[in-house]
Amino acid sequence: MQSTPRGPSKRGSTGIRKVTGAIFAVLLAVLMIAAPAAQATTPSPSPSPSPTTFQNNISGFLRDDARTPIPGVRIKATGNGFEGTATSSANGQWSIGVPVQGTYKVELDTSTLPQGIKLAEGQENPRNVTFSQTSNLSVIFAFGKGIVVQQQDLGQSILNRLVAGISFGLLLALASVGLSLIFGTTGLTNFAHGEMVTLGALALFAFNAWGVPFWLAVILALTGGAAFGYVQDLALWRPLRRRGMALVPMMIVSIGLALAVRYAYQFFFGGATQQLPGAQVTDVQIGPISVSPNTLWSLLISAVVIAAVGIVLLRTRLGKATRAVADNPALAAASGIDVDRVIRIVWVVGGLLAALGGVLWAYYRPGVTWDMGSQILLAIFAGVTLGGLGTVFGALIGSLVVGIFIELTSLVLPPDLKYVGALVVMIVVLLFRPQGILGRRERVG
Amino acid sequence: MDIGNILLLALGEFLTPTTAAYGLAALGLAVHFGYSGLLNFGQAGFMAIGAYGFAISTLQFKVPFIVGLLIAVVAASLFALLLGVPTLRLRADYLAIVTIAAAEIVRYIVTTNTLFRITGSADGLSSFQREFDTFNPFPAGTYIFGWSNRDFYVRVISWAVVILSAVIVWLLMRSPWGRVLKGIREDENAVRSLGKNVYSYKMQALVIGGILGALAGLLFTIPRGSVQPANYATDLTFFLWTVLLLGGMSTVLGPIVGAMIFWAVLSLTQNLLSGLIESGAVTFISTVQAGQLRFILVGVALMLLMVYRPQGVFGNKKELAFA
Repeated sequence: MQSTPRGPSKRGSTGIRKVTGAIFAVLLAVLMIAAPAAQATTPSPSPSPSPTTFQNNISGFLRDDARTPIPGVRIKATGNGFEGTATSSANGQWSIGVPVQGTYKVELDTSTLPQGIKLAEGQENPRNVTFSQTSNLSVIFAFGKGIVVQQQDLGQSILNRLVAGISFGLLLALASVGLSLIFGTTGLTNFAHGEMVTLGALALFAFNAWGVPFWLAVILALTGGAAFGYVQDLALWRPLRRRGMALVPMMIVSIGLALAVRYAYQFFFGGATQQLPGAQVTDVQIGPISVSPNTLWSLLISAVVIAAVGIVLLRTRLGKATRAVADNPALAAASGIDVDRVIRIVWVVGGLLAALGGVLWAYYRPGVTWDMGSQILLAIFAGVTLGGLGTVFGALIGSLVVGIFIELTSLVLPPDLKYVGALVVMIVVLLFRPQGILGRRERVG
Repeated sequence: MDIGNILLLALGEFLTPTTAAYGLAALGLAVHFGYSGLLNFGQAGFMAIGAYGFAISTLQFKVPFIVGLLIAVVAASLFALLLGVPTLRLRADYLAIVTIAAAEIVRYIVTTNTLFRITGSADGLSSFQREFDTFNPFPAGTYIFGWSNRDFYVRVISWAVVILSAVIVWLLMRSPWGRVLKGIREDENAVRSLGKNVYSYKMQALVIGGILGALAGLLFTIPRGSVQPANYATDLTFFLWTVLLLGGMSTVLGPIVGAMIFWAVLSLTQNLLSGLIESGAVTFISTVQAGQLRFILVGVALMLLMVYRPQGVFGNKKELAFA
């Protein structure tokens, strides 16, 4: 294993105290930012009441293929001389208490399904389910799009997926550019980057629920993301670098941070899916392409922002300094660049871009959840690895490829497998070109 | 709130099959990371392969128990080879990213509705443990700690597997083979210059740790008689890393004791918090939130461990896989 400690100076107890304080400071910062969400939402999903409470439950969540909850659907369970019904609640949850464990016939009343949604092909209804030693039995009903008005031809769906893929790829790029810059300048593989993505969407939702006007809420959310990056570097990563911590332990620290922050989000936000204002809109038809206007906006915004980042990196002194630090920190420091300052700016910009990516991701899915960032963390990693670890423009191209690939493969793969293709491609690319598309050979191995 | 009962419950966690499974899987990680320096972030994938390999072959192909076991082990070995071939020659963080991605691929595949008939989708599979239960030599009745004969049986088997594996790993690591592995961990190029095939040693370590992971998957699922894909998310891997770092990464006992501490502390905090909530002493969080608070603590514990005591409870600071 190669590990290059970056700060040679070991500091004693002051360093230690700093780091402990740091960890809590970071958490505190997260909690403060996430706190408004607590008031804004009901923390735990309330299941639809069943007439009697029994120890055993048959339950499940009804979500359509876009993972939006389906409320108001009646479900009946019969068996062992018992019959119970439940109606799915606003978050799609349903639960039927039953007196004894055993086999039950569960039937979903398809006439109560909202229009345009029906059970996916091959979904048995009614079906027999059996308890297996646990007191809760979850039953999954998969849904598909109902009556499709007209059959789309293949070329058209490819075009649609392509536009969606570019939009998705660009929002991934927002997050991966930050990840890649951080990796390039500090060597840290940051597993907590997904949580920085989540923060943007959660903060926007919270501010908006608090009654802050939308555009102000967006600005506040992005500022929150930048602040999170700044606080993380100031309070956690810089002291650790000063202590001379190697890269692998830092990576594991970032995993700990990711776990702590993610569950802190869930602690305040609850497990439910919420929607940002204007998240549910109908598709518009532009020429041959049918696309959600949010997806188009997202495409436009991320393209402009990424172009701006690219210009800053290529044309300004700061960008030059950043690239120099990414290339060789020691040499950059020797030529008079303030490495710590560059790294701090990289964290701030990385946090800001991740938060923006999170907001766009919340509109793209659509929905805000406590774990939405960690859901795309691997897609971000795939983009960064594909482009070449530590190369900013590689991360951009890699993310675009991953985004487009994920959307295009969803034409052939079932929706719940759409991330698999991208991950497989990443592994295969590592086989043949481990340095990635734009990486240089000597970076590897 | 009954403090005595809460303490008893926490002590009871020491010997559950789940604790044994965590200990064994973390032992596999110790072989990977503690002894060989391989960053495996996909141990949950190995566990899932073991559990599903056994469950699917038992339910679909009606193979006898021992064949199911072999299939689980072989599947995990193949998975390790598949991951090792592209990544073992590359820098350590590539293996980390590839293993975590591969584990997620496994989870997506066993979750998809398309394969409902084989994997049971998100519901998972159950009732594959019947043949295992027929081997139970203990007559029905109540055993120590009020365990039923099945409780007693699964605990005896689980810990027998863990102890046996621990002895094997201990013997392996003090053999010449183990010394080469530790040498690779310390300085790969030095070992290579002695004429050892570093790649092949790393691959062997990856396979052995993966097999331990698969066996841990069996210990995790057979006692409860069901397997659900949601249990094999990346969080499981991260918990295993916490267990490993808690105990000490380059030790044999460390991961096992780490698992005991991990589960005892989780049980203690959960029961204390819910006790406090029920008695009205704590009103500002709900029982659900108490569960999440524990995992926040796990994350903080992982960070603090890494910063202040990376060698864990038992480890030797000189034997760290990273300096």
